[in-house]
Parts: sequence; structure tokens; C-alpha cells
Amino acid sequence: MDLGELASCLGSTSCVVTQVSAGLTIGMLLFLVASGLTLIFGVLGLVNFAHGTLYMLGAYFALSAYGATGSFLAAVLAGALGVALAGLVMERFLLSRIYGTDVLMQLLVCYAIILILDDVVKIVWGGDFLKMDLPEAFRRPPLLLAGGIVPFYYLVLFGITAAIALLLAFGMGHTRFGRTVRAAAVNPGMVGALGINTTVVYAAVFGIGALLAGLAGALSAPIRSVVPGAGVSILIESFIVTVIGGMGSIWGALAASLLLGFTRSFGSIGFPLFTEGLMFLIMALVLLVKPSGLAGKRQA
Amino acid sequence: MSQSDRGGLGRRNILKAGAALGGAAISGFPMIASGQGRQPIKVGMPTILSGRVAQLGVSSRNAVMMEVERFNAAGGLDGRPIEVIVRDSRGVPAEAARIAREMISSDGVDLLLDGEPSSGGFAVHEVVRESGTLTIHLNSETSSLTADPKQRFWNAFRVARVGIHDSIAGGAYAAEIVKARNLKRWMTVSPDYAYGRDTTAEFMEYLRHFAPDVQVIGETWPKLFQPDYTENVTRLVQGRPQAIYSCLWAGDLVTFVEQASLYGLFNQSQFFAVNMADYTTLQQVKALPRGVHSGNRYLKNFPDVPGNLSFAEEYHRRYNTYPTNWSWQSATAVHLLVAALKKVGGTDPRKLAEALRGMTIESPFGADGKVTMRAEDQTLVGYAIGWGTTIPNDPYVEGMKTADWNMIFRLEQEWKKAKGWA
Repeated sequence: MDLGELASCLGSTSCVVTQVSAGLTIGMLLFLVASGLTLIFGVLGLVNFAHGTLYMLGAYFALSAYGATGSFLAAVLAGALGVALAGLVMERFLLSRIYGTDVLMQLLVCYAIILILDDVVKIVWGGDFLKMDLPEAFRRPPLLLAGGIVPFYYLVLFGITAAIALLLAFGMGHTRFGRTVRAAAVNPGMVGALGINTTVVYAAVFGIGALLAGLAGALSAPIRSVVPGAGVSILIESFIVTVIGGMGSIWGALAASLLLGFTRSFGSIGFPLFTEGLMFLIMALVLLVKPSGLAGKRQA
Repeated sequence: MSQSDRGGLGRRNILKAGAALGGAAISGFPMIASGQGRQPIKVGMPTILSGRVAQLGVSSRNAVMMEVERFNAAGGLDGRPIEVIVRDSRGVPAEAARIAREMISSDGVDLLLDGEPSSGGFAVHEVVRESGTLTIHLNSETSSLTADPKQRFWNAFRVARVGIHDSIAGGAYAAEIVKARNLKRWMTVSPDYAYGRDTTAEFMEYLRHFAPDVQVIGETWPKLFQPDYTENVTRLVQGRPQAIYSCLWAGDLVTFVEQASLYGLFNQSQFFAVNMADYTTLQQVKALPRGVHSGNRYLKNFPDVPGNLSFAEEYHRRYNTYPTNWSWQSATAVHLLVAALKKVGGTDPRKLAEALRGMTIESPFGADGKVTMRAEDQTLVGYAIGWGTTIPNDPYVEGMKTADWNMIFRLEQEWKKAKGWA
């Protein structure tokens, strides 16, 4: 425990700026993945253990697209849309069969998907760790804000993820589709009775969740390694976010993701040997105090 | 009714089967046909062929196969070839242990060439402690694997470079730089497992032995194979050290350097990365910072002898890539094994172990043209260790300074005494 370091950091503007920006970036990337997870759970009742694998696929698609075209935009689109498509296929052929079944069954099917996709990825791209180059446009020296250091690409990342978050909030809150989705989460039977095709709604929701995960994978490909099994740690963190934020709540996911982002960045200063542990500790506390999560609704 | 009408084995069928078996015996079962003499020497090799460090495991396997094939082509051991079974542990120690057990009990291997890094290496070590299989650890560098008497038993040897040797050599080199550039404030960033912890502690101990003013003002310990180092980088940025030490390796080091460059970390701090000078790593870091201090993992021009260069060139011709640290270590293991096999004339593990203990062979990777398998603790000594600074292009490292083995032996002995191991 290094509380002295933490205190001096909190007292210094440069440190606060550096750590807050790092925390925001880590948190927002996590939010993209976790929001998809929580959306899928909230509406479809499916605990998508394969969500981390969708993130990994997004990184691989982006890597290949960038290698083929040299365009960052193409890479991001390939990651997002490619995984959305993969997600739709997964949903239609496999996952729709296990909606509403026992969690154990869902876990088994999703774990099977993880194993299969990890090996497919190894066959197609090889078992080696790969790197996507950071595009020239982002190779700028870091920004100095009040003495704090903010890498240029992190600003870009934050901009993109914040825009997506706003789009998601707007979409869920103010469009007809968003209302339908929220209704389907509460009472699918009634939504069906109103003549709305719930199968399409479910597929669309899964597609959106997958798109978000794939997008996150594509955005992080230039700065993290692209390797089979890359989905595991982000999956675990997404679950922590979902538990803390409340399953099914996007706002909860946002709050929890940012909380985890800051825990990582400030935690590495104050609790360098316990940063991971801290995240789990917070999750445990939330489970004890408010089991449905910070913004979760009490499940009947 | 004849037997064939009843569908049983007719006389014709028995004759056919007999002829087939006889033919197979002559052509398909050469072992039985020519007796024990041609039976291959079976070697099991668990290693990592997928994930963050796949390149290293592949390079280890490549070197083993290259040297084994050379041995087999020259007639093997009186006509007995070495047959290598390679399996992927995916970097999971429990899997490495399982593979080792399987190779010993199901595949019936005569000996193991353990291609795991320390994480898996210790797991395999425990398996062979029970089984009594002759094992050479190719790539596990954690010092305690051979330095700690509790870890020592007759059938396990280590050919990999040892953390303590690198730390002493590195500490001596770094101390020169510290004095020249007045680098007093240090921080460390190393992976959180035995190798990372031990090696970092050792380097710092020797650095302070040679340059007592050095202060470690902070440490950060990312997990092995951690995907994102942002929190570690910001911790380092925050500390504003004059110099940073890291024993991160392979994919981890590449990712860390990339993420640290985003923060401009190397503009403010001198970076001492013991594992940087490996071609895999050097070629994957897109914007290799100039002036990073590194030990020689594998460099084709250090030692600057023809044998080393030809090893690199043959390897490159076969595999279209350059050897790594794991490659020279694995090749040396095969050289030692071959020498022991020739001395013993067979695969009796006790006799092989006896032959290996204290064996010295000529080697292009030796500091003085030779390497020795030290009898006292069954680990390799006398291999070339040097430190220099990185440049962006081939040969990637310049200004190599060779470490003095007499100094290493002296300080290593003191270190062992201090630990109660000597």
C-alpha cells in the first residue's frame, strides 16, 4: 500500500490529469464491451460468456483490414461490422436456442464457442502474438495538459467511445426501436402481442452488443497485442462491471466502467500490489450492500 | 461346406494374412527386423507454441529440430536417430505438467528437453522429480531452479542462461552508465512471477553493489501476459525516474514499449531492458527507441565468431527468421545431449546424468569458445553475456561490452552463501 504516493498524486494537477485521462480511456473501452454484455443480459436474459471472444475477433478483423487497406477507418468498420455479423450468425443458429435456459447450459454453449473461435483464430491467423501498427495519423507526441501527459491516440479513443456512448443513450432513450428494446426487456410477451417481431428485436439487440464488443476490439488493436485468448481478461472485467453497475443497466455499466478505470489508474499508484484485488473487492462490497448493482433493478 | 462359406477365417485368408504380416515385418517394422540397434531415441519436448510468446517456443523447437536432424543425418547414435515429440502447453503450467507426464507414461520417452519458460519449467521439474526422467530445462531462467539445493536432484539439468548471471553482468554494466550519467533515481517494471521478481531484485542488488548511491523510488508489477500496461506506464511517468529497469520479455516487452512510447516515457528516462536484444522483439517494436540498454539475448554477431554467424545463417535459411535466445539455448542442449549420448553409447539416464555433470564442450555461444555444464548445481556456465545499446536497424545493438566470468563466479558464490544455499 502506497497511500503517501497516492496522496501526493491527488495533490498534484499533473498527476491527476494523467491518471484521470488514463482511467477515462481504460474505462470507456471497457464500457463499450460491458454495455454490450449488459444489454444482452437485460433484454435477452442471456449471460454471454463468449462476449470477450467477440472483442478478440474485432481486434483480428481490424488487424487484417488494416493490413489489407492501410486505412484505420476500414479497420474499425471491419471490426465493428464484421463482429456484428458474426454475432448475428451466432445468435440465430446457436444462442437463440438457449434463451431462458439454465445458466449452466448457457455457460456450456458459450464456453464451447470460446474454445472453437480461439482455435479458428489460431488456424486463420496463427498462434503468434500479432501487432497492428498505430496509424501514422495518430503518431503524434503526447499532449501536455496542465503538466499531465495524455497520449494523442487516447484522446481519439475517448472521443470515439464517448460519441458511441451518447449515441447509445440517445438510441435507447429516444427512438422507437430503443423503446421497443426496453419494453422487450421487461415484458416480451406483451411486446409480441402488440405485433412486434420479437425475434428480430432479439437478433438486433445481440447484433448491437456484438458490434460494440467488436468495435472495442478494433479500437484497442493498435495499442494492445492481438493474440488468441485476448478476450479472457476483458470478459472478466466486463462481468465485474455488469455486477457493480447492475445487469441490464447501461448507465450502471457506464458508472461502473469508469469506476474500474479509475481504480486501475489510481490504484496502481496507491495500491500497486493490489490493483486487481481492489476491483474484486469493490465488486464484493457492492454484492453485499446492493446485490442488484448500483443501478440495477431488483429482480423478482 | 467349406470354411469360407461359413464366413470364418478360411485357409486362404490365413495364408494371405501371414504373407502380409511377413511383408510388414520386413518393411514396416524395421525395429523388429533389425533388432534394438535402430530403435529411435525418443525425446519429449513440451513448449509454448501459441499465445503471446509463441514465437519463442517455435524458435526453440526450430533449433532443436535443426540440430537433431544434423545429428541424425550424420548417422545418429550408431544408427539410432533421435525422434522428438513436441507438444504445445499454450503457456499454461498445469498443461505443461500434464504433457510431461503423458510423454513419460504414454509415449515412453527416454528423456525430456523441457522447452518451457520458468512458469511451466517449475511444473515440469516437479513431474520429473518423481519420475526420474533425464530432463534438460532449455528456457527456464529463474536462478532458484538450480541454485536452491531443495530444487536439485540427479536427473534435472539447465542449459538456459541464469537470472543471477545476467543480473551480476547487468548490474556491473549499468553501474558504469550510472556513474557516467549520474542516474540515481530508478524504478522497475517487471512481470509479477518468480522470474520477474527474482531477476529484478537481483539486478537491483548488484547495481547497488557496484553503485551504492542508486535509489529505487518505486516498482510496478504487471501480470505476465497482461494485455494493457497503461496503469504501469502512468505510474512510471508519475515517478519521474532517471532510469527504468525491466525484465519484461517477448510480446509483453513489445506491447509495453509501444504503450510507453505513447507517453513519451523514454524521453525522460533511460531504459534498461535485459530482454530487449532478441530479434523477435527488436523486429516487432515498430518505433524502437534508440539507446535502450540491453543484454544480448541472441545476436548473430556476438560472440563475433564464425560458428555463431553460420548458426544464424543456417537457421535463417531453414526458417526465414533469425534465432532467438531460446534458439541458442536449445541448440546447446542438443550439443550437450549428443556429446553425452556418444560418451555413454546409450540412453541410461543415470549414466547420461553422470556424463553431463561437469561436461565442457566447444560452443560458438561460449564466452571463450566453450561452455560447461557445472557439476555442482547442474546449470550451464561460460556462455557469452554482453550488454550494449539499441539502434533502429540491423545489427540492432552496438557497443557490446562482454561480462567477466571470474567476477560472475565470485559474486554468484557470495549470493548463494547469503541465501544459505552454499
